[in-house]
Amino acid sequence: MKRLSPYPNWFYLPGAIIYAVLFLVPTLLSFYFSLTRWTIFDSEFIGLDNFVQFFSEPALVKGFVNTFIYAVVTSGAKVVLGMALGLLLTSQIVGRGYLRAVVFFPVLVSTVGVGLTFQVLMNPERGAINAALGLFGFDGPGWLTDPSLALLSVALVDVWKGVGLATVIYMAGIVSIPAEYREAAKMDGAGPWAAFRKVILPLSWPATSTVVTLSLIGGLRSFDLIWAMTKGGPGFTSDVIASVIYKQYQAGFYGLSTAGNVVLFVAVTAVVVPLTRFLASKEVNA
Amino acid sequence: MRGRRTVVSALTILAITSVTACSAGSLGSSEDTDGATKITMLTDADEGSQSDAKAMVAAFQKANPGVVVDVQAKPSGTDGDNLIKTRLQTGTMTDVFTYGSGSLFQQIAPANNLAALTGDAAVAKVDEAYLPQVSVGSDVYGVPWGNAFAGGVMYNKKVFEQLNLQVPKSWSEFLATADKIKAAKIAPVIQTYGETWTSQLFVLGDFHNVAAAAPQWAADYTANKAKYATTPAALAGFEHLQEVHDKGLMNSDFASAKVPDGLRLLASGKGAMYPILSGVLPQLEQVAPDNVDDIGFFALPGPDAATNGLTAWFPNGVYIPKSTSGPKLEAAKKFLGFVASPAGCEVMAASNKPTGPFMVQGCSLPADVPQVTKDIQTYFDEKKQSPALEFLSPVKGPNLEQLCVEVGSGISKADKAAALYDQDVKKQAQQLGLEGW
Repeated sequence: MKRLSPYPNWFYLPGAIIYAVLFLVPTLLSFYFSLTRWTIFDSEFIGLDNFVQFFSEPALVKGFVNTFIYAVVTSGAKVVLGMALGLLLTSQIVGRGYLRAVVFFPVLVSTVGVGLTFQVLMNPERGAINAALGLFGFDGPGWLTDPSLALLSVALVDVWKGVGLATVIYMAGIVSIPAEYREAAKMDGAGPWAAFRKVILPLSWPATSTVVTLSLIGGLRSFDLIWAMTKGGPGFTSDVIASVIYKQYQAGFYGLSTAGNVVLFVAVTAVVVPLTRFLASKEVNA
Repeated sequence: MRGRRTVVSALTILAITSVTACSAGSLGSSEDTDGATKITMLTDADEGSQSDAKAMVAAFQKANPGVVVDVQAKPSGTDGDNLIKTRLQTGTMTDVFTYGSGSLFQQIAPANNLAALTGDAAVAKVDEAYLPQVSVGSDVYGVPWGNAFAGGVMYNKKVFEQLNLQVPKSWSEFLATADKIKAAKIAPVIQTYGETWTSQLFVLGDFHNVAAAAPQWAADYTANKAKYATTPAALAGFEHLQEVHDKGLMNSDFASAKVPDGLRLLASGKGAMYPILSGVLPQLEQVAPDNVDDIGFFALPGPDAATNGLTAWFPNGVYIPKSTSGPKLEAAKKFLGFVASPAGCEVMAASNKPTGPFMVQGCSLPADVPQVTKDIQTYFDEKKQSPALEFLSPVKGPNLEQLCVEVGSGISKADKAAALYDQDVKKQAQQLGLEGW
């Protein structure tokens, strides 16, 4: 039986052309160019050499580890903080509208602007953060210059900037839970903690899975904030896959960096597809 | 209804941004206005480069009323390299642009992208020593922009006088000097990893000593026969950097300080020796105009005082892309000819105190140059200088600055960093299609 479509075929044409020209062709081309060594004008087919080179890159292992640390730390913190702020901002708190706006505000600011601002604030000698810590008698660390701290400092700023979005998603999730459930739990004698654990937490699972997926993808391909704040430094200690790829592109190794992007694409897919499946399977019906 | 309005306004924004994007992209198409040929020029965005370019353009326009030059700005460092390559590749380069000579110049595929100037009047006065830095085979593509400069150590002469110190001629003397400075509670060696390129001086500025120990090294290095990790003279640069860190000879804020911070430290006498390129001299004049003559310059010392000498850098070039043609090409060539003439040198010398000799015949340094320039000129006069590796070999890896930051910060060791750098340059050599890699 012929499937009936509500539109004639030509109706799909504009969308199809845009999709092919801007998405399909470049994606397929990038798979080809990842197998070549190309300069400004010509390209030479070199098989899988770029991938061999990419995986033997000394900064790469560090970049992979850092990428996963960064993704897990930021998405974990966004889930916990987003949930806590979501609960706070759906309660009967004074100035709720204002507070909701304020927590979302950092999401709207340019990432590079935030990065450069925090780079100045986190300066170990002249920054406001260490000056403030100094008033209380603490000797602040080199937030972005200490090799063991740099990545976590950037992650901290990422959480500050991104938690507003997680909060909004949680607020929507919590508000959509029908009041009857909480009332029924109360009738059965559940305290606030039990009500949270047994009612709010499971029923806001769709929100949690959205937040986890979004922030994990964001964390895995994170680049702008790290580049604005540390450029992967000091040395290679806060490099992530995306910054390794960008540096290769900057150096003019176009084939190599294209191969890196293909690897990143595969890595993100390999993490996110099973994860979304898993999260979807845990969903309960409200 | 509300949804549709959002879509419409989103489309409007898209349309506006794409229109502005177009007009920014079509820089080369500005039409001749009132009979004058209008050409565009791209140079670094920092204040010094911009004022140099504007002074040069003003003098040129005065001498050539028929041409108008519009100066534009680009970021410096690797971001700028990328912009240059992308604009050359897409045929949207300005009519004239400044860019590195030597290995950087080789990386922009000159034969494909640049207009050859061989035999043209524009290059007639260029110093012979400079020509190989802007040539492929027998074809010349550029003229020098500004003067030569040096990689070595800027030092505070007042501190040296107070502590009764001499300029060190060997590495052991350098360490002994540093110890005495440290005992006087002054930071002996200034490092500024807030700008990562500054970390490379111990390696790149040491090349005179490498060449003194192994004259064939640059050629062997290009042919994949010599390595940093396995040549003791070449590895020395990395080892010196590690020694300076291990002995605690650096300023306390080395990890975050930037060049102006380092220069302030040096000028105030709180730091004594700053391994850097002499090209930062204009910045010194900005941050500490009263102390410029307290600062001198010496070459990074090697193992032997007898072979002590300076590692020199050639000036950037000014080039014309292939995409420029017709009257614009003629005007651009005229501009290059003016840059590489005694008149052009005078403009440069007035705009910006020179940090080394000019590479144009008939140009000499003015008498009132700063102490740093006098010290550098002495090395040139005594012929105790050799060009930096990047002018002898196209092989230069992109990660040297990060590797040096790791050694200088104590994250990594000299031998490991040198071995990693040898791997790093391999990619560059393969990308350039060199033989033997």
